[in-house]
Amino acid sequence: MKTRKYDEWIFVSILLLVLFVVFLVIPLAGLLRQSMYNSDGVLTWENFKRFFTYTNGYYLKPLGNSVKVTVATTLVSLLLGIPLAYFYSFYQIRGAKVLFVVSILCSMSAPFIGAYSWVLLLGRSGAITKFLSALLGVKMPSIYGFGGILLVQSLKFFPLVFIYMNGAFKNIDNTLMEASANMGCTGFRRLIRIVLALSMPTILAAALMVFMQAFADFGTPMLIGEGYQTFPVMIYNAYLGEGGANRNFAAALAVVAIVITAIVFIFQKWATSRFKFSMNALHPVEKKKAKGAGGVLMHLYCYGLVGLAFMPQLYIIYLSFCNYKGSIRQPGYGFGNYKQAAKKLLERSINNTAIMGVMALIIIVIIAVLIAYLVVRRSSVLNNTIDTISMLPYIMPGAVVGLSLLLAFGKKPFALTGTFAIMVISFVIRRLPYTIRSATATLMQISPSIEEASISLGASKAKTFAKITVPMMANGILSGAILSWVAIVTELSSSIILYSNKSITLTMSTYLAILRGNDGIAAAFAAILTVVTTLSLVLYLKVSKSEDVRL
Amino acid sequence: MSDRISIRHALKKYGDNVIIPDLNLEIKKGEFFTLLGPSGCGKTTLLRMIAGFNSIEGGEFYFNDTLINNLDPAKRNIGMVFQNYAIFPHMTVRKNVEFGLKNRKLSKEQIKAQTDKFMKLMHVDEYADRLPERLSGGQQQRVALARALCIEPDVLLFDEPLSNLDAKLRVEMRTVIKNIQHNVGITTVYVTHDQEEAMAVSDRIAVMNAGVIQHVGTPKNIYQRPANLFVSTFIGRSNVMNARLEVEGGRCMLVTPSGYRTEMTNVLPQHQKTQDIVMSVRPEELLLNRDTGADGISAVVEDCVFLGLMTHYFVKLESGEDAEIIQESSIDSIIEPGTRIKLTINTEKVNIFTADGSANMLTGVKNDCAC
Repeated sequence: MKTRKYDEWIFVSILLLVLFVVFLVIPLAGLLRQSMYNSDGVLTWENFKRFFTYTNGYYLKPLGNSVKVTVATTLVSLLLGIPLAYFYSFYQIRGAKVLFVVSILCSMSAPFIGAYSWVLLLGRSGAITKFLSALLGVKMPSIYGFGGILLVQSLKFFPLVFIYMNGAFKNIDNTLMEASANMGCTGFRRLIRIVLALSMPTILAAALMVFMQAFADFGTPMLIGEGYQTFPVMIYNAYLGEGGANRNFAAALAVVAIVITAIVFIFQKWATSRFKFSMNALHPVEKKKAKGAGGVLMHLYCYGLVGLAFMPQLYIIYLSFCNYKGSIRQPGYGFGNYKQAAKKLLERSINNTAIMGVMALIIIVIIAVLIAYLVVRRSSVLNNTIDTISMLPYIMPGAVVGLSLLLAFGKKPFALTGTFAIMVISFVIRRLPYTIRSATATLMQISPSIEEASISLGASKAKTFAKITVPMMANGILSGAILSWVAIVTELSSSIILYSNKSITLTMSTYLAILRGNDGIAAAFAAILTVVTTLSLVLYLKVSKSEDVRL
Repeated sequence: MSDRISIRHALKKYGDNVIIPDLNLEIKKGEFFTLLGPSGCGKTTLLRMIAGFNSIEGGEFYFNDTLINNLDPAKRNIGMVFQNYAIFPHMTVRKNVEFGLKNRKLSKEQIKAQTDKFMKLMHVDEYADRLPERLSGGQQQRVALARALCIEPDVLLFDEPLSNLDAKLRVEMRTVIKNIQHNVGITTVYVTHDQEEAMAVSDRIAVMNAGVIQHVGTPKNIYQRPANLFVSTFIGRSNVMNARLEVEGGRCMLVTPSGYRTEMTNVLPQHQKTQDIVMSVRPEELLLNRDTGADGISAVVEDCVFLGLMTHYFVKLESGEDAEIIQESSIDSIIEPGTRIKLTINTEKVNIFTADGSANMLTGVKNDCAC
């Protein structure tokens, strides 16, 4: 006699699978299909051939640029973030809490605001550039191109490394440090051989995260890259059409982008698998006093770095209160920029962002909770397949998500282009993998016997799920959801392909104002965006009550 | 109401991996029954099959005369206490205890009265409005017990309920569990790997190994007349030595490799023939004699450990085997390491097994196991 293995949950599995096939697999397949045809509908390798063989590596060069600047950004972010995390975790730094909160703020801000602010500071007519040339006659090196992208992205992504590494350092048991000292390994040697070696899985995870985000970043290279074209920018241009839109070629570029991120992803998994061990500190490391000259240097480093990363945002907020006429700054301060912004769809942008963001968030949370439950509690071939499919967007740059959705739903019978629906779908797809990870991690920490206790007390499976499982996951889900909210609010790379005047978001409005050269209005939009993300993060820190930020 | 549990030809496998091949068991109404065995022996698996959390690949499970194989766990009317307490962390103690009642059609007054009664019984009523995170492990386990009892289950299941508690609390809680079970009289199945705990609480114990029940009996019977060598070594400590049984003119003589001979008067008739055997002697069943001229097994004391009431001696036998002996401590005479001594065996208590260890050869073994 066999007990039933399948129950109500099979319907949930099937429903989820259908959703993923419709909104993810079919668009991706469509993208692949499109890349294999020419504009006359003939099956061909032409698009890929053009990419690889076009004169002087016209298309290969942006790819090289992207890889170069992304690798550089990843390395610099690690080099900046790891020492910061080390000082923060092993020494008593004054105002450590402030450092922490400001770091998260920096990493969560809209990607291109930093770039824009740096242009305003160090660009051709930037404040610092002008100041230096007027005062000292010094000519600043150009901020545009490789150096600028590296600067902006490193300053944006090192806080990610910092947050990741804090988690790893916190799990190092103090007895390991003492044992190491006991055997004569201290100081810098211990840092390398014990602390960093133990943190290797986290370092690799942080590196992957930075690589993926930096590679897919569209706003930064667009604003500060100028002649230094990167891959996402090229996809966008190919789609919008400098010299005639070519969707087939854009699709081919998107396929190449996915292949590259997939290779990096697999390589990282392979590298991580070589460092398989788990730690859980019973005796967390006690923070030492940061004394003497070393202590001063540590404080200088921490505050200098975080301050540098935070400066662009403060500068933008400052500018938003300056008087402008067109893009020319006038003496005096006021709310003129905000009044101007109000005429430029400010209200609609805020409303749209709120409505679409909340809708996306609700869908994300529901799907993430269901998938986490299916994978952790009802592991089966079907459910693991769903889980794997749901992770696909992790390796899809935003521009690729946007493009594939547009190709799939841009024409009849769907014709969703420019609607709220397609924006919400893209938000959900973009953010789902992260929320699923955090929901899964939360559920794994809940012992199944708690659900069994509920069932043996006569509660049905549905009631157990609603009254026991979900409430226990609530904290983890909620904190994950707030981070998703921030990411949705600042989403640019897919929105720029999918938005319309009707479904414009706050981030899109900011970006458009920057492109139009309305510095004052742009600053006002950016300031509002920064305030929204800041408030969300404050809420997050209140809810999560801990320093374990899961990104 | 309390149920009798009957398990017939139970089969459990994960894929091709058979955990429990063919298990039969009768648990009497109202008794405190313990499944005891080393980790991985299938005892928790069996308990979870009774609870309904593990699928049943074969055989029948009955509560009284009702087949429960396919009965929803929620409808089995079982009270279960888990190793990690499984207290709902987001609910107060009262909410936890009344959770099971709320799944039934009871009035508010009934629920409150019942909840109060069991919180009082388990002495957790003063914490009624606290969240579990502010309770100690012992208190949490009391809440778990109150919650399980509150629904007045037909069967009470314990899955290693004390293993997360410290030693002192463990002893205290096992007394609490035993007394409560006696007072309410619910059929109870208790899983543990701690044999002392099993002895302390159980009416009957089933010793399991590799998915097979080795011996079902009272604690006394299992300790004194274990059904086979595994049971004898798993329950309590035993010195296991090879020996021979020699039958001479109707008398059964136990012969050690060193030539010491002593008569056994309780060998089962079917085993009364000359053969190799395995002897299992508990440390207190070896008697130590300082007179080296006396009859016995020659040995040298290697170490002694004074533990207050008892003194443990570790000796090396002439045959090269090691043995442990426990004696009540006396005022003057701790035997120094290096001393030569003679050992004799308490033949009334010693157990002898067939050479493969599969069966006890003596009379007095009571094994309720149907296998």
